[in-house]
Amino acid sequence: MLKLTDVTKSYAGADGPIEVLRGVSFEVNTGDTLALTGESGSGKSTLLHLIGGLDQAEGGQISFDGRDITHLGDAERAALRRSEIGVIFQQFNLIPSLDVGANIAFQARLARRYDAQAARALATKLGLEGQLSKYPEQLSGGQQQRVAIARTLAARPKLVLADEPTGNLDEDTAAQVLAEMLALVAATGAALITVTHSPQVAAQMGQTLRLSHGQLA
Amino acid sequence: MSATIARALWSHWRRSPLQLFTLLAGLILATALWSGVQAVNAEARASYDAAAATLGEGQFDQIIPRQGDDITQASYIALRRAGWQVAPVIEGRWNGFRLIGLDPLTAPATLSSVQPEEGFDFADYLRDGPLSVSADTAEKLRDLTERPLRIVADLALDTVVADIGVAQTLLRAEGKLTRLIVAPTQPMGLPTLAVVAPELRLEPAQADADVGRLTDSFHLNLTAFGLLSFAVGIFIVHGAIGLAFEQRRAMIRTLRAMGVPLAVLVILMATELLVFALIGGGIGVLCGYAIAALLLPDVAATLEGLYGAQVAGTLQFRASWWMSGLAICIGGTALASSGALWRLSRVSVIETGRAQTWRTLSGKASVIQAVVALALLAITVVLAGVGQGLIAGFALLGCLLLGAALALPLLLSVVLAGFRSFSKQALPQWFWADTRQQLPGLSLALMALLLAMAANVGVSTMVSSFRLTFVGFLDQRLFSELYVRADDADQSAALQRFLTPRSRAVLPIVEERRQIAGLPSELYGAKIGPSYSDNWDFLAAAETPWQDAARGQAVLVNEQLARRAGLWVGDQITLSDQLSLPIAGVFGDYGNPIGQVVISQSLFNTLVPDAVPLNFGVRSDDARALRQALIDDFGLRDSQIVDQDTIKALSLSIFERTFTVTGALNILTLAVAGFAILMSLLTLAAMRVPQLAPVWALGLTRRKLGQLELIRALVLAALTALFALPLGLALAWVLLAIVNVEAFGWRLPMYLFPADYLKLGLFATVAAILAASWPALKLSRLPPADLLKVFSNER
Amino acid sequence: MNVRLLLIALLWPGLVLAQGFAGLGTDAEGFSVPERGKVFDFPSDHGPHPDFRIEWWYITANMTGPDGTPYGLQWTLFRSAMAPEEREGWSSPQLWLGHAALTTPEHHFTAERFARGGVGQAGVTTAPFEAWIDEWRMVGPNFDTVTLEASGPDFAYDVQLTAQGPLVFHGDAGYSVKSAEGQASYYYSQPFYALSGTIMTDQGEVPVTGQAWLDREWSSQPLSDDQSGWDWFSLSFDNGDKLMGFLLRQTDGSFYSSATWIAPDGVSTAYEDGVFAAEPLAWTEIGPREVPTRWRVRLAEKGVDVTVEAINPNAWMPLSVPYWEGPVTISGSHAGRGYLEMTGYD
Repeated sequence: MLKLTDVTKSYAGADGPIEVLRGVSFEVNTGDTLALTGESGSGKSTLLHLIGGLDQAEGGQISFDGRDITHLGDAERAALRRSEIGVIFQQFNLIPSLDVGANIAFQARLARRYDAQAARALATKLGLEGQLSKYPEQLSGGQQQRVAIARTLAARPKLVLADEPTGNLDEDTAAQVLAEMLALVAATGAALITVTHSPQVAAQMGQTLRLSHGQLA
Repeated sequence: MSATIARALWSHWRRSPLQLFTLLAGLILATALWSGVQAVNAEARASYDAAAATLGEGQFDQIIPRQGDDITQASYIALRRAGWQVAPVIEGRWNGFRLIGLDPLTAPATLSSVQPEEGFDFADYLRDGPLSVSADTAEKLRDLTERPLRIVADLALDTVVADIGVAQTLLRAEGKLTRLIVAPTQPMGLPTLAVVAPELRLEPAQADADVGRLTDSFHLNLTAFGLLSFAVGIFIVHGAIGLAFEQRRAMIRTLRAMGVPLAVLVILMATELLVFALIGGGIGVLCGYAIAALLLPDVAATLEGLYGAQVAGTLQFRASWWMSGLAICIGGTALASSGALWRLSRVSVIETGRAQTWRTLSGKASVIQAVVALALLAITVVLAGVGQGLIAGFALLGCLLLGAALALPLLLSVVLAGFRSFSKQALPQWFWADTRQQLPGLSLALMALLLAMAANVGVSTMVSSFRLTFVGFLDQRLFSELYVRADDADQSAALQRFLTPRSRAVLPIVEERRQIAGLPSELYGAKIGPSYSDNWDFLAAAETPWQDAARGQAVLVNEQLARRAGLWVGDQITLSDQLSLPIAGVFGDYGNPIGQVVISQSLFNTLVPDAVPLNFGVRSDDARALRQALIDDFGLRDSQIVDQDTIKALSLSIFERTFTVTGALNILTLAVAGFAILMSLLTLAAMRVPQLAPVWALGLTRRKLGQLELIRALVLAALTALFALPLGLALAWVLLAIVNVEAFGWRLPMYLFPADYLKLGLFATVAAILAASWPALKLSRLPPADLLKVFSNER
Repeated sequence: MNVRLLLIALLWPGLVLAQGFAGLGTDAEGFSVPERGKVFDFPSDHGPHPDFRIEWWYITANMTGPDGTPYGLQWTLFRSAMAPEEREGWSSPQLWLGHAALTTPEHHFTAERFARGGVGQAGVTTAPFEAWIDEWRMVGPNFDTVTLEASGPDFAYDVQLTAQGPLVFHGDAGYSVKSAEGQASYYYSQPFYALSGTIMTDQGEVPVTGQAWLDREWSSQPLSDDQSGWDWFSLSFDNGDKLMGFLLRQTDGSFYSSATWIAPDGVSTAYEDGVFAAEPLAWTEIGPREVPTRWRVRLAEKGVDVTVEAINPNAWMPLSVPYWEGPVTISGSHAGRGYLEMTGYD
């Protein structure tokens, strides 16, 4: 489903370009769960951004569902995120001025896949049924991330990208949220790529890729 | 998709109604001030026009009798039947009003008083003989006549316009006319007046009415004030938009991560602003006219024309007012939001999405701001030195204001740092440092206050200088109590004989147009005496200008001639082939489009031997009685006598009304700036808690903290007002000495009014304290739990 | 809104809403209305009828200069009554309006005058005859021999008219029906004026000769409110026959037509609705509007099938109420000259 071939990326630095990714290749299939680990600055977040179309690769090729998405324009990449790829960040995932219910419905509406019953079921599974009319600022960090997961999955993406989804949570909450996320992703049949520096999180994934200095170790 | 996104964007405003309110209020106030000033301007202009040329006296040639008061109707018919396109006018005093009779069928169509309204019925007009009056005059007239009254907004006060036949009846002058208005186009083969009606003579249209040039300048300056007021409002809008966009950064990042295209976001947010601009602009236009209507009772009459749907012609007029108000509001919003929209388009999806501090004033940003401010002020100086033309004048204004506004936070920062370094004790040190820390959040509001205050200082100075100049000018030029015009040489001689024993002085005025120093000018012969030397002031003069001029050894010239010819006191000016004389004095001659040279009467007589004085200034202690005697005993027509009091009173009453309005607008702009401060403080309040909590924990009471907040507002406002004073004076100087000179060729003297400035400064500080008092009160009542929360990690 | 527009709205027949047809000799406001069978009384009927709402003295002339250049002139005096009476002085309810035009193949000059009755600025007297407004006048010892003068900012004319034939009465002995509902006017003409005189423009004076046609008409309810304008033809054929015909255009697109055939000896034949036919052949764009300036005109009973073409298609009268009026040439079954007036195209 997702195939990266020799992907490279560099950023402008004070002393010339810094190569963040130096030829990364791997493949992910439907239903796979993959952990991307590595030191800070190893390029794992950049890699995630490239896959999500949040940023553009310089060299190599990224193909999704057999389609080359390496050089898509902004609008096409946006369309991909809208309907095929869901992104969950470490924090600030939610729209602060919308209540929880509206946040969960939001991306599904954008993708035109909104199903009120399914969304409610998702919220219930994540223990959010009592929180639907609250605003993000009234929720704890764990609840906020659960809302972000529900929002992403309600749109039924083929691929879920998560960037340290539990990084801001205490240990117990993190474990709970992670377990819920894995169960739900498995239920939808989507693939999941998680960036994490936590060995506990990586251990829960089907596969772990370790990045070091811009290359797979 | 767009609807979903629009809902999400809109949810921000629903959650932050105060911000929405600020934004809309800023737009409304900005537009209201602008359109209010425009309405006042239009009204003032209409009043001047009505007063200056009630019935087109200046616009058209006129036919008047060579002798006596009347033209017979038979002469009029004879002229018409000879092809002369003339319109009959009868004029006289009736119950203390100036009654003018016209024939709407032959009167020039441009005379507004003969324009009928929709539904006008000529049969009714002929049968009922209505009287046209202004709304004010109608009040006075209501009990005096049975005839129907037609309200015509732009008629001068105490002027009644009626059908010619009705006026003849009311004046008991059947078959008599006062004068004839000559239409601009006449048929081919017209016989001369002397052949058809030798008893009548043609009086050419008067050139530019003197007052017209002066008031044009006034209106230009008032328009500049309108723009400044608008700028103040737009600053507020800019602040509100900037804040809203910053707070929505997280949302925007999230939306884009979820696959919302940037273009869609930018379009939606621009559309959102357009809607706000339309709503705010629409309400603003309404408020503007409401303000104007409240301030000027007479504007109400004009307003009926603007808003009423009765008259087909004014519907379009009204639409144009709306359009201009909305257009400037949309333009202003676009200006205020362009930066925010640009930044939005550059928000990276992979940023943290954490809301950044609104406008930091540290490091690189402040350096850039300082450089831009300095560059703008440098351009200002350069433009003041070498700029030419009106555009340069306005560019100069723009650079000056923007440069000063940008420089303000830096200046304040430096001053506050200075205060801090002089403070020895802990609390003052903290106070100054903390005040300085608030600058970034408050800087936009303070800039608005600076501009408001500067605009007010500038406009007060301009308006008051204008008034002093105008009143002085009237006093100087119209020192005679009566001005009398003779029809011909015979009447002139008779008039002098009649007047000499009955007045303090009879001052013949002889004039001739001729090229002087290569410029079209008027040469004036004056009977120089105490009347002149006591009353006229000079912009520049030799030691004894009047004595020199009286002896025929020097001339006095007006400012226009002096500036255009590049001459000044002491320079020689050539009057004729044989005669050059030094300039002994340059006098201000506001409003006169052409040059003027005043010489003694005897010198004039040698230069223009056959000149007969037709115009006289008459000094008298009882002008009213003399006027009556001239009419009753000497047989002069009413229209041949102009009485100084009437002119002055009329001019001054118009000015007074305009001043009332500018005064009220001053308060309003300051209120707007105060409002901006209030909004900024309320926005900052939440961010302030973590900053204040440690101080509270160290032992400062909440009450004390609240007091300090008030003092902070006072200090910032006072400092801003202090900076605004020189800025305002510079603004006034640019308006009077640059813009006016470029637009009209003469410079308005600038006077200073320290008491006014002090009052304005007080208003500004009071506005700031009022604005700060609510947030301060909230702070002093903040539950300790909220302060404590800062220290717990729980968030 | 100009007072003159209001006045002309009252004056201009096509714009007057009919007041309803009282049929008893007067309408609701006391104005007289035309009745069939009137016996005309001259010269007094050449003069004004203040008890009728509107009235006109309308002269058009086809002229030729020494070099054969065709010219046209128009001289019109309208009277409009605000009340069915005359009063002396400014309170007179009678208002007067003058239109004058001079047409050359290249230029069309126009002028307009307004006057109140009662003060001598305009009026009509019958013996001797004089109709005037300002310096414009039609004056002579009697109606058969008159001098016609008018001037504007850029033209003037001064011509003599001498009647070469009798007056001609239209419709039913001067009772001319103007709609199917029965609106009518009194209407007679003097189509036999011979003309000689001088016209003047900024190019100088030109001596002219030609023929003029006078229409006299008065009424109180001339048109019904579903009529949007008219096309009026006065045609003088080279063989001495003359034809006056008009179409009243209805708002629904249909026409009401009327015509009078005038033999060289003045014997006239009136034709009812539908006999006279005219259809536009070519249109001229004048400002924002299009005006038909070439027509096919037919009167089958007299074998007339002619093309009528404007000498100057731009003979627009840009006055308070604009209309088209100018000289025409006739070709086809008959040849000749005439005048065309068209209203309701603005």
